[in-house]
Amino acid sequence: MLPFFQWCENTAVGKGIRDSFWLFPTIEAVHLIGLALIGGAVLILNLRLLGIGFERQPIARVARDAWPWLVGSLVAMIATGIPLFLSEAVKCYYSPAFWIKMTSLAMAILFTFTVHRRVAMLDESRLQPITRRVVAAISLTLWLGVGIGGRWIGFS
Amino acid sequence: MSLLSFCEWLASTHWSVALHESHLGYPLVESIHVLTLCVFVGMSMMLDLRLLGLTLRDVPFSEVADRLMPWMIGGFVVMVVSGALLFYAIPVRSYQNIFFRVKMILLVLAGVNAWVFQKGVYRRLASWDRDASPPRRARIAGGASLVLWVAIIVAGRMIAYNWFDCNTQIEGSAMYWAAGCTPGNLDDLNNP
Repeated sequence: MLPFFQWCENTAVGKGIRDSFWLFPTIEAVHLIGLALIGGAVLILNLRLLGIGFERQPIARVARDAWPWLVGSLVAMIATGIPLFLSEAVKCYYSPAFWIKMTSLAMAILFTFTVHRRVAMLDESRLQPITRRVVAAISLTLWLGVGIGGRWIGFS
Repeated sequence: MSLLSFCEWLASTHWSVALHESHLGYPLVESIHVLTLCVFVGMSMMLDLRLLGLTLRDVPFSEVADRLMPWMIGGFVVMVVSGALLFYAIPVRSYQNIFFRVKMILLVLAGVNAWVFQKGVYRRLASWDRDASPPRRARIAGGASLVLWVAIIVAGRMIAYNWFDCNTQIEGSAMYWAAGCTPGNLDDLNNP
């Protein structure tokens, strides 16, 4: 696996960012803006599933409204996250925080696009509130893991 | 007492030094500050997007605001407390950091924008509460808020970089003035 990370670090994009004064901070700032937005979308959706927000609105309605912003900010985060990774791939390889983040991210994406989405869009009468709460709690835990892992890459 | 000497005094206090030099405390406060972005700025952005008519169009604005407000207030308190602690840990360098200064100005502007909204078009909320796309002045307030918070995130992130720190500035330059550098800072050049 290490040779792959070394190759990543030696790509033109990785080198370009390392050589630049302002590229890394700028991409990082956009990454943070995506963080704020995905946080907003994920929280609103999960608050509704937990039954502590927008109770008067059908879940599927809230889910449909939050969905494009969730997906959009996720795309922005991945699009900025990849170049950040390329610029310091070898450091990431040796960073436990990076692996925690990637594992949480893979699980969070998988969970969001399968179980989470289906539960949110499903006819409400077909599910117990407790099922929805558990799904929301899992989603929040996974995304929080991504956030904490991501922050910790900077410290390692 | 000037602001600078106040910051210098702050930097000399026991807890400021302790937080500054702590191995876990400072990164922890910083992480809380960054991750609370999701709660406070994330929610604000969703509210701004509602004002712009870009999300939750079928939900009355008042309902979106009522439901998000407790989280936004809670998030805001955490942001201010953790932010104040970060400043307290490194007072002089923050005070003389151009990005920190820009961020503080932007925060004031965001406050003014919210105040103008509250005193203006928000008073006539009953007439547009259910509109999928609120009136122009409400959309402007939402758009301005969105732009300001994006700029605040960028400025906040840049505080960490020392591009324009006083010990790199030439006396008399525009940046030297804007960052509030003093001749004392030039000594830092020789004592990094």
